[in-house]
Amino acid sequence: MRLTCPLCGPRDRREFYYYGAAEYLNRPAPDAAPEAWDDHLHNRDNPAGLVQDLWYHEQGCCSWLKVTRNTVTHEIVTVEPVAGGAA
Amino acid sequence: MRYSGFRVITQGLFGNAGWKPAWRDPAPKAEYDAVIIGGGGHGLATAYYLAKNHGLTNIAVLEKGYLGSGNIGRNTTIVRANYFLPGNSEFYSHSLKLWEGLEADLNYNVMHSQRGLINLFHSDGQRDAFARRGNAMLNQGDDAVLLDREGVRELLPYLDYENTRFPIYGGLLHPRGGTARHDAVAWGYARAADQRGVDLIQNCEVTGIDIVDGRVTGVQTTRGAIRAKKVGMVAAGRSGQVAAMAGLRLPIESHVLQAFVTEGLKPVIDHVISFGMGHFYISQSDKGGLVFGGDLDFYASYAARGNLPMVEHVMEAGMTLMPMIGRARVLRSWGGIMDMTPDGSPIIDKTPIEGLFLDAGWNYGGFKAVPASGYSMAHLMATGESHPVAAKFGLNRFATGHLLDEEGTGSQHNLH
Ligand SMILES: Cc1cc2nc3c(=O)[nH]c(=O)nc-3n(C[C@H](O)[C@H](O)[C@H](O)COP(=O)(O)OP(=O)(O)OC[C@H]3O[C@@H](n4cnc5c(N)ncnc54)[C@H](O)[C@@H]3O)c2cc1C
Ligand SMILES: [Zn+2]
Repeated sequence: MRLTCPLCGPRDRREFYYYGAAEYLNRPAPDAAPEAWDDHLHNRDNPAGLVQDLWYHEQGCCSWLKVTRNTVTHEIVTVEPVAGGAA
Repeated sequence: MRYSGFRVITQGLFGNAGWKPAWRDPAPKAEYDAVIIGGGGHGLATAYYLAKNHGLTNIAVLEKGYLGSGNIGRNTTIVRANYFLPGNSEFYSHSLKLWEGLEADLNYNVMHSQRGLINLFHSDGQRDAFARRGNAMLNQGDDAVLLDREGVRELLPYLDYENTRFPIYGGLLHPRGGTARHDAVAWGYARAADQRGVDLIQNCEVTGIDIVDGRVTGVQTTRGAIRAKKVGMVAAGRSGQVAAMAGLRLPIESHVLQAFVTEGLKPVIDHVISFGMGHFYISQSDKGGLVFGGDLDFYASYAARGNLPMVEHVMEAGMTLMPMIGRARVLRSWGGIMDMTPDGSPIIDKTPIEGLFLDAGWNYGGFKAVPASGYSMAHLMATGESHPVAAKFGLNRFATGHLLDEEGTGSQHNLH
């Protein structure tokens, strides 16, 4: 599996750290109801097919990346930086 | 037909012509008292205990493929009760006791082998943690022996004791831990459930869950609609999708876990050995193959195969621990889909929909749990109450903060 980092180009999967679903970006407000935090931290759509998730280019440019992938075929569709509004 | 040594001999004398199929292949009825979605280990065990312990026999197991086509036939077969946290500890202890009587109960040889499981440790801090875990196991009534380095060397002389990165300080031996034949567990439960009247319906994918006024009324399947007042969702890695049919969103992310087996060798590894620091564990099957594995591939996946980096990592860890296996050739590798929860512990509970029950979130440790999970899920479906050994596996524990984070790694699904 290779991910094409927008800054570094195509790189081996081993350079990246997988964090989880891109929903982690939609952080509830600090004073949001506990249900919102529970949902944010724990519950997932968990689809078989296209997903968006967060990867960190740990052994490269250290960018956080939003990756669109297929969980059935392992195909990587797009890789965008989280910073800079692309998210 | 009862199985026995005598029958094996007489069948052998008469050309093995008298064996019958181990279970029927019925067409689905229009209505059952209860249906179970998923014919893996947990679904089949649930059906068996519903029939045996609660007298519910007008029930069906609906399996989209063939019985045992999921993780029940893909795991590395380790059976153990070495948990630490109250909640997990009594559950896995109960499961191990059921394992110990399982073959007599099912009249089926599941090849349960209590060969002893050894968890290695490599630092003073890890030794303290394992000593504490061993004490928790003893308090639970199970067995644990803390071995020092020489104690490990006596049992496992072939490990590399010169490793400087992860020097072997000792190990926690769980003598009643071991392995079982995974397929046989599915087949044994299937046959025993069928004998008590349970319909096992294969090639029957559930495609919808019918709900009227907050109550479950049945399911839609590729073999037609089936009415039932009680429905159990027991779909392991596919739990998220099955639950979505009922409009539920689960605290589960599905991940792929790989495993490997070598060509058959003469007996060389007598125990189950776990090298947690290297993400590697190994045992030898009765056929002689070295069966081993490591960690998840770490990214969400529904592919029943993994990627090469984890293959390399597992091989490296194996060579680090026991260089003697380097000449063995790997025959096969495969992957299975793990239903990972944010605390690494399972869910056996009611859902907000009346009559709809959930048994899921088995992470990478659901094989050893099969007997107790079926037992507790059957109890829940029959009585509406959680069985005491599974009382802490509630679906809302994530909302209330009553987590069972055995590894203490936080709420990220893939870190358990
Ligand atoms: C490589 C690997 C190694 C493992 N090693 C161990 C180990 O050493 N020890 C241990 O304790 N555990 C281990 N596990 C974990 C264990 O195998 C699983 O936790 C356990 O088998 C899951 O429960 P199950 O047997 O019911 O799952 P499954 O056998 O996967 O059963 C679920 C069934 O549901 C069916 N299904 C799904 N959706 C539908 C639908 N819509 N309609 C009808 N049917 C449906 C599937 O086809 C499947 O047959 C391992 C797993 C893997 C992959
Ligand atoms: Zn980069």
